[in-house]
Amino acid sequence: MATGLASPASLESAPRIMRLVAECTLSRARAGELRLSHGPVATPVFMPVGTQATMKGITTEQLDALGCRICLGNTYHLGLRPGPELIQKAHGLHGFMNWPHNLLTDSGGFQMVSLVALSEVTEEGVRFRSPYDGEETLLSPERSVEIQNALGSDIIMQLDDVVSSTVTGPRVEEAMHRSVRWLDRCIAAHRRPDTQNLFAIIQGGLDASLRATCLEEMTKRDVPGFAIGGLSGGESKAQFWKMVALSTSRLPKDKPRYLMGVGYATDLVVCVALGCDMFDCVYPTRTARFGSALVPTGQLQLKKKLYEKDFGPIDPECSCPTCKTHTRAFLHALLHSDNTAALHHLTVHNVAYQLQLMSAIRASIVERRFPDFVRSFMSTMYGDQSLYPSWATEALASVGITLS
Amino acid sequence: RMKLNLTKVVNGCRLGKIQNLGKTGDHTMDIPGCLLYTKTGSAPHLTHDTLNKIHGVPAMAQLTLSSLAEHHEVLAEYKKGVGNFIGMPEMLIYCSLHDPVSPCPAGYVTNKVLQKSTIIGVIEGGDVMEERLRSARETAKRPVGGFLLDGFQGNPATLETRLQLLSSVTAELPEDKPRLICGVSRPEEVLECIERGVDIFESFFPYLVTERGCALTFNFDYQPNPEETLLQQNGIQEEIQYEDQIKKINTTDCNQKMTSFEINLKEKKYREDFSPLVGECSCYCCKNYTRAYVHHLLVTNELLAGVLLMMHNFEHYFGFFYSIREALKSDRLAQLKELIRRQAS
Repeated sequence: MATGLASPASLESAPRIMRLVAECTLSRARAGELRLSHGPVATPVFMPVGTQATMKGITTEQLDALGCRICLGNTYHLGLRPGPELIQKAHGLHGFMNWPHNLLTDSGGFQMVSLVALSEVTEEGVRFRSPYDGEETLLSPERSVEIQNALGSDIIMQLDDVVSSTVTGPRVEEAMHRSVRWLDRCIAAHRRPDTQNLFAIIQGGLDASLRATCLEEMTKRDVPGFAIGGLSGGESKAQFWKMVALSTSRLPKDKPRYLMGVGYATDLVVCVALGCDMFDCVYPTRTARFGSALVPTGQLQLKKKLYEKDFGPIDPECSCPTCKTHTRAFLHALLHSDNTAALHHLTVHNVAYQLQLMSAIRASIVERRFPDFVRSFMSTMYGDQSLYPSWATEALASVGITLS
Repeated sequence: RMKLNLTKVVNGCRLGKIQNLGKTGDHTMDIPGCLLYTKTGSAPHLTHDTLNKIHGVPAMAQLTLSSLAEHHEVLAEYKKGVGNFIGMPEMLIYCSLHDPVSPCPAGYVTNKVLQKSTIIGVIEGGDVMEERLRSARETAKRPVGGFLLDGFQGNPATLETRLQLLSSVTAELPEDKPRLICGVSRPEEVLECIERGVDIFESFFPYLVTERGCALTFNFDYQPNPEETLLQQNGIQEEIQYEDQIKKINTTDCNQKMTSFEINLKEKKYREDFSPLVGECSCYCCKNYTRAYVHHLLVTNELLAGVLLMMHNFEHYFGFFYSIREALKSDRLAQLKELIRRQAS
């Protein structure tokens, strides 16, 4: 294994859940395999988001058939409805939603940002006012881990103090240090380290020195994996990629790197090059429900009149059930009706698109042609080189992949 | 040419098969039977995969004229027919004038002549016996492939008064052609109509049940064993009493049109109920999920609620039709009818 830039060795006692299968000799891209309680997961991996114990209108069987082996649930939402006690009675989140493969639960930290009007952060935890009945709940590191222990997910996330990436000033530093303290509290409160893997979340906003401090501190802790958090908000892409690159350069090579909230195709490709292994995002499933289908050249807004008589599939290269059975014209017609089946067709396709993209990325790393894959991907997506986003060109160049 | 073969007629109820259906002439449809209800050519909420998980899906799907008309330009350019367009190339397709869920008031409707298709003649005449008989006799003289009995739909009370009319109408129709009825889909009404010579029904009732967050639970398993029947009778009596109580307490909107053939999964009592929707049901939903889970999906307004409920409700309903045919085969329709009657509110 090439050592590259100095990466600190991690503590010996944490379980090694990741096995590296191949590494790109040019960039930081890696192909690997996660060993989790509900089966192996090939990396790099995109994890679709099923917030409330459901993947938005597609059954778990459909999700399994698409090759998905890990998806997300959300502690904040499930903690409120239906609540951890009920889920525990239902044999955990796996039993409740009938998902035989792996689950990752977010801690509820992100809701601090997305529901900022309804929340208040103190050292104790986050106090939320429920949008459903106005009741107040305190989500502390201990409570978040307790809920996640009840949910039984294979990977659980620490509760972190999340600030929007557009926030500057002392609040960012405060949040970073607090996240380290909350990590320690999560580790202490975690009752099931043998079956559930607790990941730390690197914070520090867009400040390189804060990030570096956070990395230094958190990598001293005994955890099976690390997430890069606090990004994928409103920050510029130029700042975004630099923080990702900084993080991967300081995270141990033998543990998975989970970049939270990233899901646009270009972002996935670039961030794999920068050394990330796991990704999640609501974008593909959400955009499906607006009638938008993801394709290698971007997206198709199928409600538009130009698809009314288009008798080809969404993507002739796609092997998903939607593309094998239906035309753009039919989907266009169905999208203009009130039959929800239209949304489900697109959800199936968009999840398939994301998973197929990751498979293709992984195959290119294993077959030692990842840089060529990247060049081909960018060319298909953007056409002329002058249209390539400059942040992507720079980010790729920083790890040795030139696009011209 | 399509051909109706009657296996048996018992007290006016017809059991049989319609054969030589479809463009290749090798499809068959069992009667009594129902059509697969669709919206814009797709079963509601269901994609190819989820529809294929349902047992007992009828051989014929119902498409409305308005969907066809709305997309006729596209279909004309597509050239491969509506079955291919909607992704159901193997399905037989019945085009109805109206959508039974949102029908237009009675009036004149022009229909396109579809060359390779069988035309179904429509029997009208309102509530006037003389007009009904005239419509039946005249239509029967025409080279139609079957008959649609129109104008019998409405609220349950309406059908009661029209049932006698229905008998008189079907008496005028040739035995060897199928009789369809529109707008009638509730279990007890289906049986009444079968007894009066009707063969094919629409399956929009399970769709309506789905839309109000309910699951069909009515029992159609008529038991030849008298002891079991007695036990079941007692069971049903208790459940009916309980349901009546609930209805008195919950006079909210979604319960108003709810029938006693279903349960409302939004009710709090299902929050921790980890049993399947219906105990002996072998549908995808009942085999994989619980009442508690579907309750959660409804409470959180998740799309999957509609998918799972539609899968269960269609399968339950198609199972009901299967039991009707089986009951006719073994001369036990009276038992089935009694079982259903006891469960109707």
